[in-house]
Amino acid sequence: MIQVEGVTKRYGPKTAVSNISFEVERGEIVGFLGPNGAGKTTTMRILTGFLPPTLGTASVAGFDVGKSPIEVKRRIGYLPESPPLYPEMEVEDYLRFVAAIKRIPKKEIPRRVDAVLERTATGAVRDLLVGKLSKGYRQRVGLAQALIHGPEVLVLDEPTSGLDPKQIIEVRGLIRSLAGEHTILLSTHILPEVAGTCGRVIIINEGRIEASDTPENLTAQLQGANSLLLDIDGPSEAVRERLELDLAVRKVIEHEARNGRTVWRVEADKDENLTRRLAEAVVTSGWGLYGMQSLGLSLEDIFLKLTSDESAAAQAEEEVPEPEAAESDPPADEGSGSGEGEDE
Amino acid sequence: MRNIWTIAMREFKVYFTSPIAYIVLAMFAVVFGYFFTSGLAFFMDYSASVQAQGGAGAPPLNVNQFVIEPSLGNMSIVLLFLMPMITMRLFAEEQRSGTIELLLTSPLQDYHIICGKWLGALLLYGCLLLVAVLNISVLFLYTTPDWKPLLVSLLGLLLMGGSMIAIGTFLSTLTRNQIVAGALTFGVLLLLWVLNWISSYETSTFSRVCEYLAISPHFEQFSKGVIELKDLLYYLSAISLGLFLSKRSLEALRWKA
Repeated sequence: MIQVEGVTKRYGPKTAVSNISFEVERGEIVGFLGPNGAGKTTTMRILTGFLPPTLGTASVAGFDVGKSPIEVKRRIGYLPESPPLYPEMEVEDYLRFVAAIKRIPKKEIPRRVDAVLERTATGAVRDLLVGKLSKGYRQRVGLAQALIHGPEVLVLDEPTSGLDPKQIIEVRGLIRSLAGEHTILLSTHILPEVAGTCGRVIIINEGRIEASDTPENLTAQLQGANSLLLDIDGPSEAVRERLELDLAVRKVIEHEARNGRTVWRVEADKDENLTRRLAEAVVTSGWGLYGMQSLGLSLEDIFLKLTSDESAAAQAEEEVPEPEAAESDPPADEGSGSGEGEDE
Repeated sequence: MRNIWTIAMREFKVYFTSPIAYIVLAMFAVVFGYFFTSGLAFFMDYSASVQAQGGAGAPPLNVNQFVIEPSLGNMSIVLLFLMPMITMRLFAEEQRSGTIELLLTSPLQDYHIICGKWLGALLLYGCLLLVAVLNISVLFLYTTPDWKPLLVSLLGLLLMGGSMIAIGTFLSTLTRNQIVAGALTFGVLLLLWVLNWISSYETSTFSRVCEYLAISPHFEQFSKGVIELKDLLYYLSAISLGLFLSKRSLEALRWKA
């Protein structure tokens, strides 16, 4: 549904996004996870046709963003980080206006407006000025705006930032209820958010994709797991057996072939001496060890960044009493410094 | 066309849900009312003195020439001050509030957005012209002004205003700060307004170019009820240039955003 290939975006000398590629299948909910300034907003803006990429191509529902922007825009519902609302308009008028510029036939507009008002539970405020709404309602009207033309793809930039814990739970519930009908790409810098809503997570940091997996796998990989690349010159089966002999090793996978040798990926429990033991094992078996690289570390760094970000924000919130669904939703993040355009 | 109209109607309504329309209309009504009243006072005084001098055989004074023409001619001064207030928010406000993202990610062409905004501002300007027409229509109660030159003048004013709005629209795309957009627009319009002054003292090519580029001299023939091709072309090209530059600027906005 969404295909991004080798997209790079530079602002002058600054590279916001660097050669990223990923795909999102129909009906998936994918979370874009990364610290502030990682390039999440930039990527989303490229997908929605707001920004052209410097290099690379992106396509949505089979249409190239650069070549047929109108077709792409018809199929995308986009909620930017700060909902694009006109404070001086009434909610219903605003939605009518959005429906019209999304090219919904005139006759259908009232029906669509009613439908999204109901869907996002904003019917009660339909006659109020947008400027008078609470933050939670604004976010929902923002969602209503993104949904009004029944887009196949929803792109939501930090949909829960700046909301209080109760509103966060409501908005997450709303997003989950949209799954199935829509393909959803949402961004966040809060780890539990993706765990609760997304089927897959793409971790992005400093404009690069660092990992892409299900939340469960990622959490396993991040917490107490260690991943190594070993470039070994030796008979495959024997090497595999020897590596698996180590107690800490969970899985041994053929990663790639390099110059006639095999690069193995070893997933193991956290163990300080693992690298040393594996190196010893390879060398004493008489094979050549051409390279060793720890993969776990960089992910860990990001994870640390993400979690420290969150705990700092959670502390700042002065122990907000956890609401009903607390098990699945740890303390809410106010989004430390969620100003406009923080991703540039 | 429907897309342009949707954008235009939103812009037009925003003027009336904010104080802008009321302030601009009120200021215009007062200032234009003053121009018109003083023109009328001069006309009555003058025609009385002509009659007193026994000019019974002389042709009656022309109300078009003595009242309507000067008061509409003076309108460009008022527009100089009011137009920036109308146009400064067009794009600057959207950039500041982030709603530009909604417009630019909707299935619209850039020209839908630009023409829509220009048209929305033009509609408000149309309301100003309506106020002027309301003043002038009082004359029809007491005398018989010629309505054809009046219509031509109104067309001229519409074109001149449209040019000013197009320039203001472009300048509003350049910044997210409304005050900056307004100040720039005022500066540019002021320059275009005084550009022909040099031609009174000099007759070089430069001063003739300046005279041609100045915005108000092109209205002179319109105010007399004459449509000249060069004036028509001037205004139409000013409008096209303003809208074209807006489009370019909107594209640049995407590249640097």
